[in-house]
Amino acid sequence: MPKANVTFEKLGVTVTVPAGTRLIEISEKVGASITYGCREGECGTCMMKIVSGMENMSERSILEDQVLQENMAGRNHRLACQAQVLGGDITVKA
Amino acid sequence: MKPVPDAVEIAPNTHWIGALDPSLREFDIILKTANGTTYNAYCVRGTQGVAIIDTVKASHAEEFFRRLEQVARYDEISTIVLNHLEPDHTGALPELMRRAPQAKLYISAKAQLMLKALVKNTELDYAVVETGDSVDLGGRTLRFFSTPFLHWPDTQCTLVEELGVLFSGDVFGCHFCDTRLFNDKVGDFRFSFEYYYQHIMRPFREYVLDALALLEPLSLTVIAPAHGPILRDAPKSYMQRYRQLASPLLHNEIGSNHKSLLVFYISSYGNTAQMAHAVAEGAETVTGVRVSLYDLQAMGNLPFVDLIEEADGIAFGSPTINGDAVKPVWDLLSSLAVIKVSEKLGAAFGSYGWSGEAINMIEDRLRGLKLRVPLKGVRARLIPTEGELEKCRDLGKQLAEHLTGTVERRVISLSELLAQE
Repeated sequence: MPKANVTFEKLGVTVTVPAGTRLIEISEKVGASITYGCREGECGTCMMKIVSGMENMSERSILEDQVLQENMAGRNHRLACQAQVLGGDITVKA
Repeated sequence: MKPVPDAVEIAPNTHWIGALDPSLREFDIILKTANGTTYNAYCVRGTQGVAIIDTVKASHAEEFFRRLEQVARYDEISTIVLNHLEPDHTGALPELMRRAPQAKLYISAKAQLMLKALVKNTELDYAVVETGDSVDLGGRTLRFFSTPFLHWPDTQCTLVEELGVLFSGDVFGCHFCDTRLFNDKVGDFRFSFEYYYQHIMRPFREYVLDALALLEPLSLTVIAPAHGPILRDAPKSYMQRYRQLASPLLHNEIGSNHKSLLVFYISSYGNTAQMAHAVAEGAETVTGVRVSLYDLQAMGNLPFVDLIEEADGIAFGSPTINGDAVKPVWDLLSSLAVIKVSEKLGAAFGSYGWSGEAINMIEDRLRGLKLRVPLKGVRARLIPTEGELEKCRDLGKQLAEHLTGTVERRVISLSELLAQE
């Protein structure tokens, strides 16, 4: 199964995960400082910054894109409850 | 004290046209005031146009329009500047826009979304401005300064260049209502100025310093904030006070080459206290970290909030009583909204009798406050064993290593993480 390496920059931890894992599944297990509200991509609470590897993330859905825009997010931001890792290396600021 | 029925000139062709709210005692739930507040709005007249700087709370709109009409006709208004879009400054905006439809709005980039939420009109005529931009009113130049996060993302300041009058928004403001309006006439408002800074500006200390760097070089005759007295006597002294308040307190005590770790604990039978001492002992073994140990039972929150503001890491030790961390811990953890704590390092530990939920609950709260919580807390049933104390020493040591950046980067698989639970 394809793997992805997700590095939580502030924690100094890299987690190897199966491709397709959502960031929420990893961040909560590793204890990263990402907080969650609705967990369904609507509230924007879990907005976080991708430092590198955006090309290895799933595309934004229409809903995620709308919530990010409403929250004035930059192009490096994602919702951790929605974004999936597809493979390769990804570094997040958390 | 006599009432202020009229617009009041604060500089040539520049008037205060705000509103007084003397009976207000609580502002936005979190702030108290002993004598109300003012919503300060201003009118600047040039030879080619009239600018209105901010408006007032909706409930006080009538008072604002009455004063505005004393100094300008609506069809003369060419410019509306919004330094901050919170409702206490934009409550009268929709009506002002209706009465002066030709006026162009000047706002910061971050204010756009808020403006659209306040004024439900998709065809708004506004310009986004930033530091360096200006508007010419004819003999009066409004120059804009981007001062974000003081205390909202949208905040900016506006200078009348020819007069040295700075409309500063909430910066340098306070909740103090006095009909004499000017700082050299009103009653003693020093406590209100300090209180306002401590509750409104303090969490944004770094942004305060950025703004001061922009504003301090200006030659000013008046600082005209959006709340409280107009500062025409020694205006720069209020900037100096902001610089003092925004400068780190303990820099010299800790030393620039040291990291500060605070270990707070509270203990019923001395067990969590033993663990706290072990955490501190472990952290002390790492060079470059200064450790402080405090019993939460002895003091109120205030000095600890000050200490946490300056610290790099904080660890909390709490027993679990009836499935919860104890109240002094929550009291302190709910008092941190007035300071910036995100990015600090956090940890929890504690002794328990039956269930030991306190540690996870504290860790969740620390994460909620956006602290880094990279290390799993140590729990011990009743009296900690030597092994558990060793785990506490190791927790302290690892925390200190995280602070000094000497911790080894960890690589782990998701399945290993799941197995640890």
